Amino acid sequence: MQAPRDSLLEIENLRVSFATEHGVAKVLDGVNLAVRAGEVMGLVGESGCGKTTLANAILGILASNARREAGSIRFAGKDLLAMPPRQVESEVRGRRITFIPQDPFGSFNPLFPIRTQTMEVMKWKSPRRATQERRGIAGLFSRYPHARRRADAAAVLQMLRTVQISKPEEAFGKLPHEFSGGQRQRLMIALALLPQPQLVIADEPTTALDVTIQAQILKLLKRLARERGVSVLFTTHDLAIAYEICDRITVLYAGQEVETAPVDDFFRRPHHPYTVRLLESLPHPGRELREIGGEIPALIDPPAGCRFHPRCFRASEQCRLERPAVTALGGGHHVRCYHPITGASRP
Amino acid sequence: MSEAPILCVERLSRHFPVRNMFGWRIGAVRALDGVTFEVRPGETLGIVGESGCGKSTLGKTLVGILRPDGGRIVFEEKDITGQSASERGSVAPKLQYCYQDPGNSLDPRWTVRRSLSEPLIAYTALEPRDRNERIREMLQQVGLPATHLDLYPHELSGGQQRRIGLARILTLHPRLVVLDEPTSGLDVSVQAAVLKLLRKLQHVFSLTYLFISHDLSVVRMMCDRVAVMYLGRIVEIASTEALFAAAKHPYTQSLLSAVPAVGGRRVTDTFTLAGEPPDPAQLPSGCRFRTRCPRAAAVCAQTDPALRPIAPGQAAACLFA
Repeated sequence: MQAPRDSLLEIENLRVSFATEHGVAKVLDGVNLAVRAGEVMGLVGESGCGKTTLANAILGILASNARREAGSIRFAGKDLLAMPPRQVESEVRGRRITFIPQDPFGSFNPLFPIRTQTMEVMKWKSPRRATQERRGIAGLFSRYPHARRRADAAAVLQMLRTVQISKPEEAFGKLPHEFSGGQRQRLMIALALLPQPQLVIADEPTTALDVTIQAQILKLLKRLARERGVSVLFTTHDLAIAYEICDRITVLYAGQEVETAPVDDFFRRPHHPYTVRLLESLPHPGRELREIGGEIPALIDPPAGCRFHPRCFRASEQCRLERPAVTALGGGHHVRCYHPITGASRP
Repeated sequence: MSEAPILCVERLSRHFPVRNMFGWRIGAVRALDGVTFEVRPGETLGIVGESGCGKSTLGKTLVGILRPDGGRIVFEEKDITGQSASERGSVAPKLQYCYQDPGNSLDPRWTVRRSLSEPLIAYTALEPRDRNERIREMLQQVGLPATHLDLYPHELSGGQQRRIGLARILTLHPRLVVLDEPTSGLDVSVQAAVLKLLRKLQHVFSLTYLFISHDLSVVRMMCDRVAVMYLGRIVEIASTEALFAAAKHPYTQSLLSAVPAVGGRRVTDTFTLAGEPPDPAQLPSGCRFRTRCPRAAAVCAQTDPALRPIAPGQAAACLFA
């Protein structure tokens, strides 16, 4: 999609495939995505659509059997894919781009107290860490400068208060199992914000939580992102959650982005047939349930052209041959479809 | 409405012991603590609540997987309290339990035909020919061709495995099926298909469902009545319309206000409930919701409110409801 100039993150025509024992799985097929400074961008799609692969590609932590075939990931003007991996490691990942995982239960080391785990992150990723501190083998033996350690510890305690962990000094000495799922996710948010990043990637951060805790966490994340002007790339399969927290939404289907729009326009005037069908399959009182016929295609030998065409009620010959280009509909609404559903053709 | 209930549950309780490092009992988690309700034939009763509220324990205790510590379970006017599935004899097949993903419970080394035949061999005296007929009919009802009979589970897609699992539960023509989180972990487009199938099967086989779920929007679509559980108790039970239109218990109100929905006001702007459920092994005195309740008063710490009728067909366990 045509990215505006103030984009913090700009992904263009990204293609990633994985070599598997059954063949080459084409997981991302020319994805375009832009995240502006200070906004919450929702990346919505069903399981297997490539949300997590895209997040991993941005962080530069794709599995070893992954291959980037084309495309660029520009972050604050620099192409991350062209940058030396060492530099991405020390300057970007965990520093300017941080990550909130889906599962707060498996993401802490059960053997160490919260103090050890947060301070370990701060030792390497603290915003107070001077870039000229020693790296590599020498860095492993270098001491954590005393003044910085004290400043970092104070920052961590302050952050624990911000994410509403009660009695932060006590929490510091506790082991992960002594916290509930909601509190662990609060700790994860704290860890993601401590390096003062420009972009936080949140990978379905509330899937493992109960609905009342989910509401609390979403509220907290939304408030903190606003207050600090941090951009968030929020992946989810739940459209209602995307409605809650996002400023703009991009829909991904089988490794292709199909529609991008500001949140209100997205829900009021969806244009892509997949988006329309997805919204119709949400349970809603007073409306019959409607599933999307067919199944998500295998990514080893995906359909040519628009990957949604085998399940699409508006598909034509053209859709089978070539993937549609981006059409701008005004107001920041973009769709990739030859037969978008507009006012007149809306069912 | 005047029909006799198919299932009556009275003051059902089930406690799990908490032991210290020497194996001494130092307390108990009261997963079910005096649960009372009735299920009428043909209806779908939803059981909702957050994790740890005891909804799965309830389902498992009803079908005999767990034994209750107190209370009574009466199914079709027979007292089946404390009987395991094998002690229930002819009652057992009429009361079935459906795991979250019924497809996962298929034996990977058995063909679909063998998996579907097994319950019929165990519980009926049908001849092989009649058995085959019953299996074919069942397969057709869940929307799969008879050619699938000789396939193994790995040759089927996840959705098809799920259908086979459902068919297996239904071959014995149960009266009541306990569905434990039948849609959790599914994408919405697939979820809609599963819910439609469940509805169709309910109609064809005149089933009664006990629909355990944490997803309130799904419960609203599927259920005639809904019971809300909090820490081992039913705090409110009402018809689906009454519950979603005029919930009386503060917990139900908070739960409903936490559900994100497309359109309208955003939960992130309106939600107010703070805190998390207390440790179920150390319940607060009096009302167990009072530690988080926006309306809690001094009297709530002394009195444990019982479930009492508020309006016709609606009951809540709150002093101020």
